[in-house]
Amino acid sequence: MITKEEVEHVGWLARIEIDEKESDAYAQKLNSVLDYFEQLDEVDTENVPPTYHVADIMNVFREDVVKPSMPQEDVLSNTENKQEGNFKAPRIM
Amino acid sequence: MVYENPDGVRIGLEVHVQLNKLNTKLFCGCSTKYHDSEPNTHVCPVCLGLPGSLPVINEKAVEYAMKIGLALNCSIVEQTQFHRKNYYYPDLPKGFQTTQYDFPIAGEGKIVIEGEDGERVIGITRAHMEEDPGRLQHMGSIDKSKGTLINYNRSGMTLIEIVSEPDMRSPKEARRYLDKLRSILDYLDVFDGDLEGAMRVDANVSVFMGERVEVKNISSFKGAERALLYEIMRQKNHIRRGGEITLETRHFDEARGVTLSMRTKETENDYRYFPEPDLVPLRVADRVPEILKTLPELPDAKRARFVKEYDIIDMHARALTTEIKVANFYEDVAAKVDPKAAAVWVADILKGELNYRDLNIDAFNVGDIAEIITLVTEEKITESSGVEIIRTILDNGGKPQDIVKEKGLLKVEDDIVAKAVEEAIAENPEAVADFHAGKEKSMNFLVGKVMQKTKGRADAREAREKLIAKLSE
Repeated sequence: MITKEEVEHVGWLARIEIDEKESDAYAQKLNSVLDYFEQLDEVDTENVPPTYHVADIMNVFREDVVKPSMPQEDVLSNTENKQEGNFKAPRIM
Repeated sequence: MVYENPDGVRIGLEVHVQLNKLNTKLFCGCSTKYHDSEPNTHVCPVCLGLPGSLPVINEKAVEYAMKIGLALNCSIVEQTQFHRKNYYYPDLPKGFQTTQYDFPIAGEGKIVIEGEDGERVIGITRAHMEEDPGRLQHMGSIDKSKGTLINYNRSGMTLIEIVSEPDMRSPKEARRYLDKLRSILDYLDVFDGDLEGAMRVDANVSVFMGERVEVKNISSFKGAERALLYEIMRQKNHIRRGGEITLETRHFDEARGVTLSMRTKETENDYRYFPEPDLVPLRVADRVPEILKTLPELPDAKRARFVKEYDIIDMHARALTTEIKVANFYEDVAAKVDPKAAAVWVADILKGELNYRDLNIDAFNVGDIAEIITLVTEEKITESSGVEIIRTILDNGGKPQDIVKEKGLLKVEDDIVAKAVEEAIAENPEAVADFHAGKEKSMNFLVGKVMQKTKGRADAREAREKLIAKLSE
């Protein structure tokens, strides 16, 4: 069972403010999703190794060769908050 | 002598090594040569975590990671993959860091350091690969910042995080461990330790077997020693006043030399690690034999060989093998002149003069030091003239032969010394009488006269012997 407190904690981790009413609603919704997935518990996975990747491939590598980067103006084109070529964020900590 | 560790200090270190000698970042083709560049000019959709971008791992980075693991005597894991470590902090624009979790590429290992009471084995817990976050620049000090500027040039650089066991018992041992690690990494030629941010340290420290405190934001080895000294003192004082040490993360303020509580509420669970679906697993353990062949002779092995091959003392061998550049320099010199003399001149004299000037071995050349050593061993110049030539080259440049001529450093011929001895005796009958009366100090006066007459180019010991011989005739 996901509690209201857990919803608020996850909200804090994601830096999203969630008010009292919302946390109740989210807890209910998340619980119904989890209930649905509980069906999977019926499958016996005792001797099955965990799947880390859906495609059965390994060792996909890239050579250590430089490719062009993006121009600075393109990099910053998705933000209005910039200063001297940097992204600008509010005070942190 | 056994070190008692009176405060029960236990220190474990997490060292982040940036593999800046790779051409490209860990998961994309952006260049690693961003150090002198404008902000946000070495980034691409992968470093920015833009939707639809797909990371692909740099093969050379994996090889370097294995090389480091093997040099630290670690086992290499059969199969490994990456995880997402989720946290919301703008140093990574994706909302997570791609790192390794339950299967680090390198498992348990160890290195040997010079401990408080002789050689000490420090356990390596693991070494894993991860991406470097971007650089945040706080506008104003960290606790009163008005805003934060973010540069993602560093974001996605390859980091190897090397985690030690809490086997160090003092800030000094921590420093020795860091120096040894740096030495080994330099030998491997996988990074340039002089570049900003190439090696970053987090320390875990506890006293009296209590809870550990993590100290972050240590930017230099000297800083690590200072941060640890402060933090140990703080914990001891806190306990003495009846306080209790609890698990926490503190931030080292380099300028003030203190650690400050960060009051973070995140715990390991909060990172919600899960396997990175965009990267396929790696099975590379079969490359170990091949990579072992590329490992160079490491510092401890080189030190043992120097003692055996060049018949030099262990103290010199250690001083000569800490830095790979110095070791190579020494071997080049030892090929030209007597290896024992070379050890004294390089390890004791030249290194001292370089350290004093904050220079490294690149500032001197092999031919010059070999020439100086030859001049001294052939007794053409005195030892102190040899030192003078080294100082002159470092301060003003020039070549040994020219400096010898300019400064008139060639030892004067025997007959000139003999003549000076005769004159000194003839001109100073009182001193001679004093000497015969048993006043040994008058000999110093006569030696001084000989040195004056030869303008300091005679060897003082030789002048003294000649004077005594003459007066005993």
